[in-house]
Amino acid sequence: MQIIDVKLGNDLYGIEIKYINSIIVMQNITRVPKAQPYYLGVINLRGEVVPVMSLRRRLGLEDDVFTPATRILVIKPEDSSEPVGLVVDEVNEVITLEKNDIENINYEEKDNTAEFSAGIGKYGQDLINILNIPAIIGK
Amino acid sequence: MDVSQYLDIFIEESKEHLQSLNEHILILEKEPENEETINEIFRAAHSLKGMAGTMGYQKMQHLTHDMENVFSEIRNGKMKVTSDLIDVLFKGLDALENYLANIQTDGTEGDQEYTDIIDALKEILDKGLGKSTAPSEKVSAQKVTTAVPENVGKNKFKALKLEDHEKKAIAKATSLNLDVVGMTIYIREDCVLKGARAFMINKVLEEHGEIIKLYPGAQDLEDEKFDFDFSAFIITKETPENLINYVMAVSEVKEVVADYVRLEESELNSYLTALRQEEGGFSAAKTENKDSSKEGTQNHQKQASKPIANRSVRVDIEKLDVLMNLVSELIIAKNSIVSYSSAFDQQANVDFFDQIEYLERITSNLHESVMKVRMVPIETVVNRFPRMIRDLSKTLGKEMELYMTGEDTELDRTVIDEIGDPLMHLLRNAADHGLESREERISLGKNPVGSIYLNAYQDGNNVVIEVKDDGRGIDIENVKKVAIERGVITPEQAEKMSEREIIDILFMPSFSTSKKVSDISGRGVGLDVVKTKIEALGGEVEAKSKLHEGTTFIIRLPLTLAIMQALMVKLSSEKYALPLGNIQTVELVGKNEIKVVNNTEVLNLRGTIIPIIRLGDILDCEKTEEQDELYVVVVKKGDRLAGLVVDELLGQYEIVIKSIGKHIKAHKIVSGATILGNGEIALILDVNSLI
Repeated sequence: MQIIDVKLGNDLYGIEIKYINSIIVMQNITRVPKAQPYYLGVINLRGEVVPVMSLRRRLGLEDDVFTPATRILVIKPEDSSEPVGLVVDEVNEVITLEKNDIENINYEEKDNTAEFSAGIGKYGQDLINILNIPAIIGK
Repeated sequence: MDVSQYLDIFIEESKEHLQSLNEHILILEKEPENEETINEIFRAAHSLKGMAGTMGYQKMQHLTHDMENVFSEIRNGKMKVTSDLIDVLFKGLDALENYLANIQTDGTEGDQEYTDIIDALKEILDKGLGKSTAPSEKVSAQKVTTAVPENVGKNKFKALKLEDHEKKAIAKATSLNLDVVGMTIYIREDCVLKGARAFMINKVLEEHGEIIKLYPGAQDLEDEKFDFDFSAFIITKETPENLINYVMAVSEVKEVVADYVRLEESELNSYLTALRQEEGGFSAAKTENKDSSKEGTQNHQKQASKPIANRSVRVDIEKLDVLMNLVSELIIAKNSIVSYSSAFDQQANVDFFDQIEYLERITSNLHESVMKVRMVPIETVVNRFPRMIRDLSKTLGKEMELYMTGEDTELDRTVIDEIGDPLMHLLRNAADHGLESREERISLGKNPVGSIYLNAYQDGNNVVIEVKDDGRGIDIENVKKVAIERGVITPEQAEKMSEREIIDILFMPSFSTSKKVSDISGRGVGLDVVKTKIEALGGEVEAKSKLHEGTTFIIRLPLTLAIMQALMVKLSSEKYALPLGNIQTVELVGKNEIKVVNNTEVLNLRGTIIPIIRLGDILDCEKTEEQDELYVVVVKKGDRLAGLVVDELLGQYEIVIKSIGKHIKAHKIVSGATILGNGEIALILDVNSLI
């Protein structure tokens, strides 16, 4: 499969290309009161109102610090679904992984972020945590 | 012939005819002698039959044909309308609707034969005409003796018994100096397509006169249910000899015999006098009908005004949506230009600003027009309710009447599609739970016939639909009890809850105080689905009730879906939009004018005490320094007022409503978002939920 390799802090995460609609630079996010805590708000994407999620918050990591390298990945779980934006610290490159480069690891049941991972990919010296986009975005 | 391209049209028109039949049979039930209604029903059934036949849907065609036969007899005055008949007719309509639904889903009629309905129709037909129930394969409207006496020989037509109305027709023809010729036509035995041949012969005859009788009947001729001869009576100016020649010119005709048919003098005279009386009486009956129809129900008025040519076009909904989107984008672009234009010097560029104003006017008009195109009167949804109430009345054994007003109130097309089910549920609730049984009502001194009201009207930026009944009302204590029993609330909470809050419990999922679960309601899945659906449409629903007097459900729906006038305000550094429709006034009050009563902040606004709501707190905005003077936006919902405290007023704008999608589950006060002229996003607040 082909994935985009992104960075959150020091860790590498992978998102399958098929989910990605576009990648844009960081822009003003309008806060939405009383939304789920991992949603930072909404942005204006060429006339459309698109919700933006903080991947860090969703995965239980430290909160975002926005830098010039911060990007928003516009994700569409399915062709017909509404787009959702994911904030990442850095976007690296497109990587192709073979099936046997990917391992599934069993997490402890208490770790509720386990379902967000679709496996660990080995790429050279690095380990890439491949994200389960449908689980992250939710229905 | 490939008819699949006509399938869409067929389905649309069939639906219309079936709806018309529903409405008119309802009228017929109340006014069995109504000529106009009977004719309308006959016309609709006849059209349906034709369409079904053309499309090859034989089951529909046959069922409609049977129903049409019955109507034909009623139209001729040979049968009376009975309530049994009405029931069977409604069953037949339901069967036809089922066929149509099947056709819509998989293109075929399905397997149901509905033989019970067909038999019932036949039985009624026979009983109505006083004929003993003789088993017969064909349902034929014409009754004639089947035996042909020998001495008539080839002139079989002479042996045919003429019906009353046929004799009347002959009498009329005679009075107009026309002749009636009876003929028997023999087709060659080696003819392959008898039906087609008979059709062609009849065509030829029609060119020279009017056929008033065919034996066997036209349908049977088409179905080839005859040997090799048939007879016809036609009103014509031609001589029998000429007619024989015309028919012999058609190929595969073996022989034709014809002769004048005349009524006996006495018979002729009696029919002529009857005719004259009828014509005099008929016009009197017609005017009577017209008067009664004028003072009749709205249904009747609609019926009378139908003949006025309906200049309308069917439009694909998708095209309307595209149009709507384009208008929205135009308004966003216009807003951008307006906001950039404010940077220019107004004095120096007078012409420019004139054009901007002109542009604003045009886009407003365009928006209004497109909205009007999408608006559909609620009538299309509610017109099936009278029938539903009638059926419910029979099923539940309670007498009830449905009174509807405001059927011409219009709603956006997308809302219309969704509003039908919730309304239907509320009506069924009213009928099933709200109205008491006949005995109970009498013992309470109420009218034994229960009343259900459906009222629709516009109120500001909303359309309000009320479903009201004069039944037993909501028993607040009972709801409290059941809620506590089910653990929904604790007894302590119950003490503190207001009546409104108790009633709101009914809207929770799986809540029902009904002890019986019936097919109609009581399973507890109804009211919460109603609420969810209505809220999904951007509206809200509430209930008001008085014990023993009745319950009213009030549904509020937004009038425009996409574009509206709003007051832009600022809360700390964030911009928000408040729909103008709710706003009464905007006040500047000193912070000391706000008092605290019972733990709530209130304001004395020129004599009225209104609650104060600190929007900034509700929305978790950054706290700002308290000013000495505060802006308070006074909003109104129904008859309730409230004052919203905001930090700054930015002005009135026309905004395009954008949905924030389903992923973010925000406070219900956030009803959408809008994109401002400079690209910023401002959230739209639905203040109704606060009041």
